[in-house]
Amino acid sequence: MRFELTPRTTVSPVARALAPVAAFITAFLIAGVVIWLMGRSPIAAFDVYVLQPLSDPWSLQELLVKATPLMLIAIGLSYCFRANLWNIGAEGQYVIGAVFGGWLALRTHGTDAGAWVLPAMLLLGIIGGALYGLIPAFLKIRFGVNEILTSLMLVYVAQLFLDYLSRGPWRDPKGFNFPQSVTFDPAATLPSIMEGSRIHWGAIFALVAIVITAIILGRTLFGYRLKLTGDAPRAARFAGFSSKATTMAVFAISGGLAGLAGIVEVSGQIGQLQPSISPGYGFTAITVAYLGRLNPVGILIAALVVALTFIGGESAQILLKLPLDLTQAFQGILLLCVLAADALVSYRIRFVTRGGGK
Amino acid sequence: MTTFEAILLTIVTASTPLLIAALGELVTERSGILNLGVEGMMAMGAACSFAAAVTFDSTLIGVAAGILAGAFMAALFALVVLGFAANQVGSGLALTIFGLGLSGLIGAPFVGSRRDPIAPIDIPGLSDIPVVGRLFFEQDLFVYASIALTILIAIYLKRTRSGLTLRSIGENHASAHGLGLPVLRVRFLAILFGGACAGLAGAYLALVYTRFWSPGMTAGRGWIALALVVFAAWRPAWVLVGAYIFGAATVLQLHAQAAQWGIPSQLLSAVPYLATIIALLLLSLRYGRAIGAPGSLGMPFVPDR
Repeated sequence: MRFELTPRTTVSPVARALAPVAAFITAFLIAGVVIWLMGRSPIAAFDVYVLQPLSDPWSLQELLVKATPLMLIAIGLSYCFRANLWNIGAEGQYVIGAVFGGWLALRTHGTDAGAWVLPAMLLLGIIGGALYGLIPAFLKIRFGVNEILTSLMLVYVAQLFLDYLSRGPWRDPKGFNFPQSVTFDPAATLPSIMEGSRIHWGAIFALVAIVITAIILGRTLFGYRLKLTGDAPRAARFAGFSSKATTMAVFAISGGLAGLAGIVEVSGQIGQLQPSISPGYGFTAITVAYLGRLNPVGILIAALVVALTFIGGESAQILLKLPLDLTQAFQGILLLCVLAADALVSYRIRFVTRGGGK
Repeated sequence: MTTFEAILLTIVTASTPLLIAALGELVTERSGILNLGVEGMMAMGAACSFAAAVTFDSTLIGVAAGILAGAFMAALFALVVLGFAANQVGSGLALTIFGLGLSGLIGAPFVGSRRDPIAPIDIPGLSDIPVVGRLFFEQDLFVYASIALTILIAIYLKRTRSGLTLRSIGENHASAHGLGLPVLRVRFLAILFGGACAGLAGAYLALVYTRFWSPGMTAGRGWIALALVVFAAWRPAWVLVGAYIFGAATVLQLHAQAAQWGIPSQLLSAVPYLATIIALLLLSLRYGRAIGAPGSLGMPFVPDR
């Protein structure tokens, strides 16, 4: 038996909304089989991955903390993906944002630099990420170099650069040779939104980015231009929209937001620079962007859902001795399911039995 | 053996996995499918081959497991991009993320194990020639196989009817479909072949190059293989040249690190990635936009019936 796809003439909004849910359930079932094959109980894993984090106030806060960088990066990537441009180097832009912002934190360390430090760090983070994101964009529009490969290669370069800084010139001289910088001063630390809460201002930034993006995409010419560039590049050219300007703009936006995510994570969460500052947020955000169907509200929900897999993964490692790699494998299979589910929205699936039909 | 000879030998070892993986991807891309999952398929090939080789104490079973693992991953990709006509860039990325995660799970119990080196095949007489003798005539089987694969793929694409079918499907799937060519079936086989090659490349990494397993050991080689295909303008002979240039760059930066010239090791480690960007840039400067790219590359195809 095999199946065929036939294009649908109308797409129901219900199917559009349900596709990611169906994908999520499918991914869960596949993960369950994998866990069962590993000789563990899928039900116990479901409990640790999903039920326990959702029933514990501490984990719920942690959920928002982990969702923050995912939201910031994914919302930026949604600009690129809508225009059918492939920035897959958000992980590198995140790192460079952290390096740019972190530089100021280290420069002002031990001085009485005032309240301007933190906003300046955030701004530097955005600038750093945007500049780094503009490299593949520039190479693409000026020389026609494929942006997928260059943006990805730059991830490795950025990670090595951070590794060099935190082991070399920026290492804390009093840090017992640990590869990490000094701890940021309070003036360079992103505060919590409430006393005693783990949730920092980054969550607010992410929500603001989501609202602004919803307005830009839905209500402005730029939003329309992105959609047209992605869906009908020829029509976009005839309409006089410059694809070069669009490319530069979306890479700057996505790089800037990834850079902001990087400096927010370092100043609000980690508190210092070290060789590893991300469990792969930049790549996971790709899954988040698609799971949220490139829609701002969808991304908000998707980021929370995917953040759950990070938290569940950490507790599963402790409680069930399941390796963290399971989380990454799940995120990959989830993205595959989400993309396949898109087909269910645009096509009708018809099963054909061998010899019959055709 | 002089140091110079030793360096040349390690260049061959470093280049071979790049060559094998890039050749597989070249065939896939010539059929019009862009599979960005090479890194993930390679990681799975490495993990499964190493796990099987240690478990059964057999390099042969290890290699077979690596090839099967790569092909299995590719079949998953094919299901999504051919069966569901899903976005190829996103699906390939997903495959890489999935493969890196799953390979970590499979390889975890084998961290710390080691395999013995496999014996090179010595061609008597010829291998006694100074310098070039050992370089060309005393390599392991994979090296000879990778060179043979390059030639066979070049002949297949250029000189056989089946190769012509594959290329025409890659150039314009709608016309090929109109001519009655089995677009989806050919693409499925091309994707499987690409996966098998990536799996074999991973097996080579784990069983010959490092002889141990560690998570993330592919270290971007799958991505470099993808870049090599572009760099080679989708021609097998140039993939061979490119793979050896990159292999040389990798080995030389390792020797430069060992020599301790005061250059930060991270900068040297970044050389292969920077070199990839520069190579792609130079290629574009020389020839303009992506020369030789198959016309239908990366576009989903749903046959109208």
